[in-house]
Amino acid sequence: MVEFKEDVSIVLGGAAGQGIQTVEEILTRVLKLSGYNVYANKEYMSRVRGGINTTEIRVSSKKVRAFIKRIDILIPFKRGVLPWLQNRLSENTVVLGERENVEEEFMEKITFVEVPFNKMAKDVGSPLYLNTIAAGIAVGLFHGDFEILKKYLMKRFGSKGEDVVSKNIEAAEKGYNLGVKLCEEKTIGIDVKKDERVKEEVLLSGTEAIALGAIAGGMNVLTFYPMSPSTGVAVFSAQHAEEFEIIVEQTEDEIAAINMALGAWFAGARGIVTTSGGGFALMSEALSLAGMAENPIVIHLAQRPGPATGLPTRTLQSDLNLVLYSGHGEFPRIVLAPGSIEEAFYLTATAFNLADKYQVPVIILTDQYFVDTYYNLPEFDLSELKLEKHIVETDENYKRYLLTEDGISPRGIPGYGKGVIIANGNEHDEWGDITEDEELSRLMQEKRAIKKLMTIRKNAMMPELIGSEDARYLVISWGSTYHVIKEALESLRRKDIAFLHFKWLYPLPDAVKELLEDKVLIDIEQNVTAQFAELLKKEFGVSVDHKILKYDGRPFSVEEILDALKGVLE
Amino acid sequence: MTSPMLFEPNRPGSKDVAWCPGCGNFGIRNILRKVFAELNLTPQEVVIISGIGQAAKMPHYIKVNGYHTLHGRSIPIATAVKAANPKLTVIAEGGDGDMYAEGGNHFLHAIRRNPDITILIHDNQIYGLTKGQASPTTMLGMKTPTQPWGVFEEPFNPIALAIALDASFVARTFMGYFEESAEIIKKAIQHKGLAIVDIFHPCVSFNKINTYEWYHKHTYWMEDHDPYNREEAFKRAIETDPLPLGIFYIHEKPTFEEQVTAYKKDKTPLWQRKPKLGQIKEILEAKKGF
Repeated sequence: MVEFKEDVSIVLGGAAGQGIQTVEEILTRVLKLSGYNVYANKEYMSRVRGGINTTEIRVSSKKVRAFIKRIDILIPFKRGVLPWLQNRLSENTVVLGERENVEEEFMEKITFVEVPFNKMAKDVGSPLYLNTIAAGIAVGLFHGDFEILKKYLMKRFGSKGEDVVSKNIEAAEKGYNLGVKLCEEKTIGIDVKKDERVKEEVLLSGTEAIALGAIAGGMNVLTFYPMSPSTGVAVFSAQHAEEFEIIVEQTEDEIAAINMALGAWFAGARGIVTTSGGGFALMSEALSLAGMAENPIVIHLAQRPGPATGLPTRTLQSDLNLVLYSGHGEFPRIVLAPGSIEEAFYLTATAFNLADKYQVPVIILTDQYFVDTYYNLPEFDLSELKLEKHIVETDENYKRYLLTEDGISPRGIPGYGKGVIIANGNEHDEWGDITEDEELSRLMQEKRAIKKLMTIRKNAMMPELIGSEDARYLVISWGSTYHVIKEALESLRRKDIAFLHFKWLYPLPDAVKELLEDKVLIDIEQNVTAQFAELLKKEFGVSVDHKILKYDGRPFSVEEILDALKGVLE
Repeated sequence: MTSPMLFEPNRPGSKDVAWCPGCGNFGIRNILRKVFAELNLTPQEVVIISGIGQAAKMPHYIKVNGYHTLHGRSIPIATAVKAANPKLTVIAEGGDGDMYAEGGNHFLHAIRRNPDITILIHDNQIYGLTKGQASPTTMLGMKTPTQPWGVFEEPFNPIALAIALDASFVARTFMGYFEESAEIIKKAIQHKGLAIVDIFHPCVSFNKINTYEWYHKHTYWMEDHDPYNREEAFKRAIETDPLPLGIFYIHEKPTFEEQVTAYKKDKTPLWQRKPKLGQIKEILEAKKGF
């Protein structure tokens, strides 16, 4: 018997269009409502049909939020899945499925449990029921609540008629009973504890958290040009556009998208664009306009590997330099990168207040791994949200670019007050009119690139320190690698290693420097050139001692981080 | 009627106009002042979003709200300004290079989108600010410093293109006809939907062919033209010499702002709104279950 305790990793693999996502949805929702902690993440190929896509679902006694390499139970829907995943298989991996979907050479390397999915599906009436059977088996293995599974199927297939619903329930039951039987026969042993509190938690993805965070932050306009993996934010927002009374517009190109968002802010609304590296590259012209005109803007950039089209459906953290240095001329910007789904929600909402207050571009960096990850978490506390609007009523002598000590000019909008607003992408005087005056040119450059930047820096968020300030080793990371590193460090159980996670990447507060001093610094990033370590060097003159980098388009796994850290520490 | 003087900027330095003496842009500015006054608009209600070029300097020489943006980008910005606050009168303004070359894609898609804005194109058939290169509307054969062999690319026909795309309002005028141009621009601003006005005007410094005299000789006013007849409008649009002036085509249809979900129930400008936290709570509630 193969036994799994506390934390089980189930992987489903098949061709695009084979319904893996359906199984994933049924499983995660039903198991969560049965009281299990769940986590899911997928990897997929850039194609509509065929290829091999996989999903990892972790089911656990305690909260799990990170990608692991280990596969406990694998359900392959086609041949080719095992070779694709061979680095993640072990003798303890139980493969559930048809013999024909398991290549001969793997038979001795895994534990094979034959399940005649196709025959079972045909017995119910159609090969289409294969997915529901597979989901049923998995729920059965955990002794999940069958009533919930039944209700789920009724809701999901309700519109397709009674026959489809009852056949799906029949299929699920067959699967469920088989799952239970596999446990009773002691083929597979699963020991994961339920937690009643989980039932009341929400199941949310990175994508949904960004979109909901934007809405919570007062977003009125979302403009975009479709590009993986950022489109999900637009899809979610569009589907809820009516209830939130917001504008979601698919534009002719990314250039129009960002310019529209700029126009929305200019008129007092709150705009966001959602894009990826290639789209952002096209937006850099308008980013520069935002810098010069001091036009607020929020940009969500879901990173994927480049250059150019790169690996369109995979993950990397290689656009940090792009957002730090994009745009001609010198002007400040704020760069944020949430590490968790909760953080994505609150940070995105905050991004709108920051853009409004400082009148600069605020860029939220996520990546494919992050947007496609979801897990259960406690409901957000909406009372924590503060809508801070920084729009002033203008008088007749209003000057859009008033020179101030902190570099922030009160921002008026057209139609509110007695003044007129002249915004300008050319160098300008305080009114906003074009100038080539020596003195004014210097003062305006200093206002934007020095005074305003200093003001932002003073108010910037500190990174999160996990562990002791006195630890000898300090792991540094940013954005989406948060939970993977956290889990690796938890299993490492060493007191001499602490973790500094950055969700606010630029500009960095001066106090960060003290945290980095007299430590062995270990930088973990998903890019080739350690872009964030370079930024720390530039900002604070600090060099990291070790770099743990990954750039094959796949996310870091907990095991990989653990191995790499052991290598550094010993 | 408000006084045209209301639109006279009184900011220090704003009298230092960068246009060449005799430039057609002056005439267009005077027409705009007259039109705004006749429409009883106040400077606070009007926004001119301009691109780059000499025409695009308009927001500095007239007292209304203005945003002097980037080359070719005025249309998407103007579209969003109108969408964010439909109470504003929004004009996108630029030259032929700005609107038809650099901003060509936005021009096409604005027609599809049909925001209730007015696009004014100062069409002098040359690039003025960058000193005399051919623009998309430069005539065949014209020699320029960068086309010394003479232009051989077919000139862009914005009127025919706009009608082909079923634009909501399409007109052409010559700024040398002050009253007539004012009437057309007034109708364009009053028109509900995207209004495109291609305005001929001479570039006295760099276009020695399309002069005031040339426009007088090579244009004529359409009479008895039915702007609601698309086929007739298209026929007029492809005439080359003399070039017809007037309103070519009108097609009343729903605007962008009328169709976006934001205004279906509530007409409040977006900047006055608050996030609907109650609905967020509902979504989160649903995310607890299926």
